[in-house]
Amino acid sequence: MTSAPPELPVDAGPQGRFSVDWLYWINLLGPVLALIAVYLFFAALTDWKMLRLAAVESIIIQTVIVGTAAVGMTVVIISGGIDLSAGSMIAFSSVAGAYALVKLGFPPILAVAAAVCAGSMCGLLNGVIITRVKLVPFIVTLGMLLVVRGAAKGLAESAPININNEWIAGFVKTLAPGERWKLLPPGGWIMILLAVGFWALLRYTRFGRHVFAIGSNEQTARLCGVGVEQVKIFVYGLCGACAGLSGVMLLSRQNQGDPTGAMGYELDVIAAVVIGGGSLAGGEGSIVGSIVGALIMTVIRTGCNLLGLQPWITQVVTGGIIVLAVALDRLRHRRAT
Amino acid sequence: MAGRGPEEEVAVGVPAPPRLEMDDVHKRFGATVALAGVSLSVAPGRVHALVGENGAGKSTLMKVLSGAIQADRGSLRLDGRPYRPRNPLDARRAGVAMIYQELSLAPHLTVEENILLGMEPTAFGFVRRGEVRRRAVEAIRFFDHPEIRPDVQVRRLTVAAQQLVEIARALAVGCRVLVLDEPTSSLTQQDVERLFDLIRRLKAQGHAIVYISHFIEEVRRIADRVTVLRDGEAVGTGDAGELTAGQIVSMMVGREVKDLYPRSKRTPGEPILEIQDLAGATKPAAATLTLCRGEVLGIAGLVGAGRTEMLQAMFGLAPLRGGTIRVAAYTGPASPRARWKQGAGILSEDRKAEGLALSMTVADNVTLSKLGGFGPLGLVLPGRQAAAAERWIERLDIRCRGAGQRVLDLSGGNQQKVAVARLLQHDVDVMLLDEPTRGIDVAAKAAIYQLIDDLARGADGREPKGILMVSSYLPELMGVCDRIAVMCRGRLGPAHPIAEVSEEQLMLEATGQGDAA
Repeated sequence: MTSAPPELPVDAGPQGRFSVDWLYWINLLGPVLALIAVYLFFAALTDWKMLRLAAVESIIIQTVIVGTAAVGMTVVIISGGIDLSAGSMIAFSSVAGAYALVKLGFPPILAVAAAVCAGSMCGLLNGVIITRVKLVPFIVTLGMLLVVRGAAKGLAESAPININNEWIAGFVKTLAPGERWKLLPPGGWIMILLAVGFWALLRYTRFGRHVFAIGSNEQTARLCGVGVEQVKIFVYGLCGACAGLSGVMLLSRQNQGDPTGAMGYELDVIAAVVIGGGSLAGGEGSIVGSIVGALIMTVIRTGCNLLGLQPWITQVVTGGIIVLAVALDRLRHRRAT
Repeated sequence: MAGRGPEEEVAVGVPAPPRLEMDDVHKRFGATVALAGVSLSVAPGRVHALVGENGAGKSTLMKVLSGAIQADRGSLRLDGRPYRPRNPLDARRAGVAMIYQELSLAPHLTVEENILLGMEPTAFGFVRRGEVRRRAVEAIRFFDHPEIRPDVQVRRLTVAAQQLVEIARALAVGCRVLVLDEPTSSLTQQDVERLFDLIRRLKAQGHAIVYISHFIEEVRRIADRVTVLRDGEAVGTGDAGELTAGQIVSMMVGREVKDLYPRSKRTPGEPILEIQDLAGATKPAAATLTLCRGEVLGIAGLVGAGRTEMLQAMFGLAPLRGGTIRVAAYTGPASPRARWKQGAGILSEDRKAEGLALSMTVADNVTLSKLGGFGPLGLVLPGRQAAAAERWIERLDIRCRGAGQRVLDLSGGNQQKVAVARLLQHDVDVMLLDEPTRGIDVAAKAAIYQLIDDLARGADGREPKGILMVSSYLPELMGVCDRIAVMCRGRLGPAHPIAEVSEEQLMLEATGQGDAA
């Protein structure tokens, strides 16, 4: 996360091989290259069917749920935390949106807002407990995983709430032939805009620098007068908001608020961030990387499907690739530093 | 006395090869020469002390000895046989045991489990607990410390007792050379005496002991021979009894010390920091001081006296129990964020754990406390951040590839300069410097001393700053400060003008004998 400093005529130390700009781009490019490699690999095996525009669109549509949540998770992981309740928050938000739309008769736009709000509240609650009760994020969000899932079931009275709304359903629907000029359905654009916004937030604002500082060394951040507690609460709130938006996408795809939906998605989301270069020790991670990480996982799934592999093989391959990706990443880090 | 081995005979004078020999050991890291041909010979039943300033090469030499790193050139022999450990385990097997400053015990395991860790006697894959107990009891009986019971968790023991457990572990594997690295730095006077007693007994058993220390008086008491390291070379070796403290110091320093500490004429201005009866959660108990603009006030004292805690409580990093603090026009306790806004800044004693975000860039670290003014609308533009940092890189001569380099890759001295640059970038009036020269080389030290003088004097037409400096190194305080106060067991004594105080007097105060003297 560095700018381009002018080259100084200083002899590089024993470690110096790359200049820092290089490092930044390599860190960014690593996951992108991996994505291209995986993509071409499966494309070659499937008669290049995956290179068609429709296939690309479908891959992005299928990435939207995990990708949107991964944007928020990236911020949490950079700050040195983790949020295991993401999957539950996605389900809860989708139920909240459906509830607002169907049971309370909200207009669709307000139902979407309600879903995002529901996610944000859960996230803020995570943040408050973590900072005020001073428990580690793993434990707090593990508890919240169950609490929020239970709340979703309670709100939905343990049955999916069906919705029937064209506008919401259109978020992640394949575009009609006449609308091809839009390239992607609204959900895809929302994910991309969200990612750009968060990228700028992390890179160009005081808040972003503080998030990195807390993840890199919390004590230093405190010493430098960073309001560590406030920043953390906000970080988890943002993660909740992204999960809420992701819940809207789930609602859109399934046409129902499903309290048992998005089960285990938190692991997909975390995997996306980690494949994208995020470090669970904090201080490292990138929004672009996380989106790319989410795309890699979808590409593997789609590719395996097109190959007609059984679901269990897909799972084994996905798991293996997660470990491989992170192993390669660490190797690259060791070389580069 | 227990343990009459064949070593006993060696100790009484039968000719035998030295227990440990190092011959012309060289080691370089990149362009830095860490060891430039060091030779050393330790006889069985002897305590051989290694002294030298930070960066003189002591720790590198010990790493070579323990197999953590390999020498580029030169040879090592153990009891006359070639000894070339590839890793610390090798060294341990060969009988060379290191006791580091940071103890390396597993805190949740019991004393006996720690002592036999990695070499537990087993039967059919099961640990023979009775045998473990027997051998552990045997190992610790030697120490005469009844509080070290074999079944107690190590984390419940005092630091001194933990150190003994570590020594017991070394003895249990049958070590022949015991290396103690600054063993007394965190011990009370009473524990030091007990440790010395133990060292004498180990010596009588024929163990060869390498003793590394900063404390020259201590070295003269316990060691038989002393080797002084400076800039990676052994500049002198002699019998401890024949060398005076002065001789050892002049060998360590090897130059006229006065030049190192610039002190120009300073004129103290108005008080900008006043503390009255400050008390922290445990330490300090009571601290009262006044710091004026344009002066350097030193805080001396032993490690653990409560000096760091005082700075932290003052800065809002540790809880306050009582007392009043006034920074410039602001009275009362405040958070670190508020302190920075009031014009106070702190330099941590531990730059790796607390002072710096190592995985972030120089630019980020320099600007972290004040990220304002780097772009419109409160944005932080990395280019402007870097430009601000470049200024200090140039001013302080920070060796790095640019403001975008990670702090992790810099040397200790350059890291410290980055931490100092943060205070300068923030342009604080009150500087709390906690061990500002710890672990950095002499050149970097000199640069920091010069900087402190410039700041207190108000060089380049800037307003003079007030500097509160905590240090455990008395000569440095004597050289840099205008006044010095001593903290002893959480109580801060009165500040003495530098002209009216001697190192001896400060040392007496620090060890709690100030009133008697």
